[in-house]
Amino acid sequence: MATVDDMVPPGEDPAPYHEHVDDPRRRDFINIAAVSFAGVGAVAIVLPLINQMNPSADVLAASTTEVDVSKIASGQAIKTSFRKQPLFVRNLTPKEIAEANAVDVGSLRDPQTLAERTKPGKENWLITLGVCTHLGCVPLGAGEGENKGPFGGYFCPCHGSAYDTAARIRQGPAPKNLVVPDYNFTSDTTVLVG
Amino acid sequence: MSFPWAKHYEPKQPLMRWLDEKLPLPRLVYNAVGAGYPVPRNLNYFWNFGVLAGLALAVQIITGVTLAMHYAANAGVAFSSVESIMRDVNAGWFLRYAHANGASMFLLVVYIHIGRGLYYGSYKAPREMVWLLGVVIFLLMMATAFMGYVLPWGQMSFWGAQVITGFFSAIPVVGETIRVWLLGGFAPDNAALNRFFSLHYLLPFVIAGVIILHIWALHIPGSNNPTGVDVKGEQDTVPFHPYYTAKDGVGVGVFMLVFAALIFFSPNLLGHPDNYIEANPLSTPAHIVPEWYFLPFYAILKSFTADFILPAKLWGVLAMFGSILLLFFLPWLDSSPVRSANYRPKYRLFLGVLLLDVLVLGYVGGAEANARNVILGQIASAYYFAHFLIILPWVARSERPRPLPNSITEAVLAKHGGTSLAHSAVTA
Repeated sequence: MATVDDMVPPGEDPAPYHEHVDDPRRRDFINIAAVSFAGVGAVAIVLPLINQMNPSADVLAASTTEVDVSKIASGQAIKTSFRKQPLFVRNLTPKEIAEANAVDVGSLRDPQTLAERTKPGKENWLITLGVCTHLGCVPLGAGEGENKGPFGGYFCPCHGSAYDTAARIRQGPAPKNLVVPDYNFTSDTTVLVG
Repeated sequence: MSFPWAKHYEPKQPLMRWLDEKLPLPRLVYNAVGAGYPVPRNLNYFWNFGVLAGLALAVQIITGVTLAMHYAANAGVAFSSVESIMRDVNAGWFLRYAHANGASMFLLVVYIHIGRGLYYGSYKAPREMVWLLGVVIFLLMMATAFMGYVLPWGQMSFWGAQVITGFFSAIPVVGETIRVWLLGGFAPDNAALNRFFSLHYLLPFVIAGVIILHIWALHIPGSNNPTGVDVKGEQDTVPFHPYYTAKDGVGVGVFMLVFAALIFFSPNLLGHPDNYIEANPLSTPAHIVPEWYFLPFYAILKSFTADFILPAKLWGVLAMFGSILLLFFLPWLDSSPVRSANYRPKYRLFLGVLLLDVLVLGYVGGAEANARNVILGQIASAYYFAHFLIILPWVARSERPRPLPNSITEAVLAKHGGTSLAHSAVTA
């Protein structure tokens, strides 16, 4: 490792030029500083390379959906689309509400009451994503005549997850209830989701 | 590298000598797959499958690059661009069927190649690195095959992407963020399709690079052989060329016959009709199934139905990835110094059971998730892990191997009724 500044032959006293050799030497310090600076630069370049994979502005811009619920009769449900994912809007019957409220919350896999999953005074409007929390299939039960499963809510045909009338997971491999997105009623018949 | 008696490259033509001084590329090829690589003289046809896997990769790259000249990676037109390849592009149907069935052929020969390694103990010292690199290649192949399957943007493509990226949402806390980052959206869409195309085009070249490392690592100890006994001297080997280039040629012929039968007589045998329906984010097909080569792993994923400390979904994903990552530890789980299963009666028996077990998993992976199949899948998944973690270490300790031949040559001559080198010289 002879470099230009190692002018002193091995075994000889370096005294004439340097009174003592620092460890680390000035040159080592500059070396480490330069490489560190290049490293910081490399990390700064990696950040946009990672961030480019996040949802782009146009994908995020399409992330609210307005739904007109005036035509949905009691006991009916519609499928619409929110952030390119299916969205279920369901008008629960009084019987379905009573069924959902009769369940012991403590016994659920993902404990939530119907009231926590709906808006105050609008308990009959169950609005959830139509994405099974297992592996993302679209559960059946929103369309006319579809299999609602053993708990009268939704049933996922892929791996047999069954949801109740509050779209809570009751049976099968899915770990969570169907996701309730952020939404609010802008009027009595209009819902803004997202 | 290689044995001391390996032949040396001696170019005779002045042009080749000039080239050898400036860029010794012909020398590299000569030493890798030419007369300069001495190989055990007793290899059987199972040793064809490495070359066949290389051939399948070449077929995939050539057909893939040409298909990319006509394919459009945009969610709006991807499906119709694939249909236009099938109907309008000259010989487009041939290129696409060759590429789709080529993937199945690639995975098929690689599974046989892995099975060969398991049976003849090719994963053991001194070839552990060859095995580890092989597992890396297998993982890269699975990622490439999955992303390629998404590109036609049919129903199975879309819902396959939905299910597989859904694995990542099983990760606690950050899972959903990772999934959205991978997809570039909240569900598979244009952003996901574009990046899958980009990576599907890139990864085969990464695979080719790791294959070079795989062969490099192999050529340091040299090839294993059906007896598993080390090469003792020059009489145990023959040069790769012409002996094994010729033998591989036979295998290439058979490979091409099977491949051609698939392409020309039954091109959709291994596909799903649902993938000829354009992707529809609002409707899940009644029965989502992956391609045949992923079925055993899909069965392991589906086997976890109840929470136990962690959610069932996370267990399923961990077990599925674990079933492959386990292979990285194989060289150290099996401590028996005897390589070939021909001399290991117990190991041979249990390897047969493992093969059956994987076939059962494959069946369960493709079957409907009813109560009987779930139980069958759970038993078969448990056995898969038990084979590697319990049975293999126990067999290695308790087994009494059959006596090994003193050398490859002795084994070969015993098989053919000969007793001495002189005899083999006469018959040769």
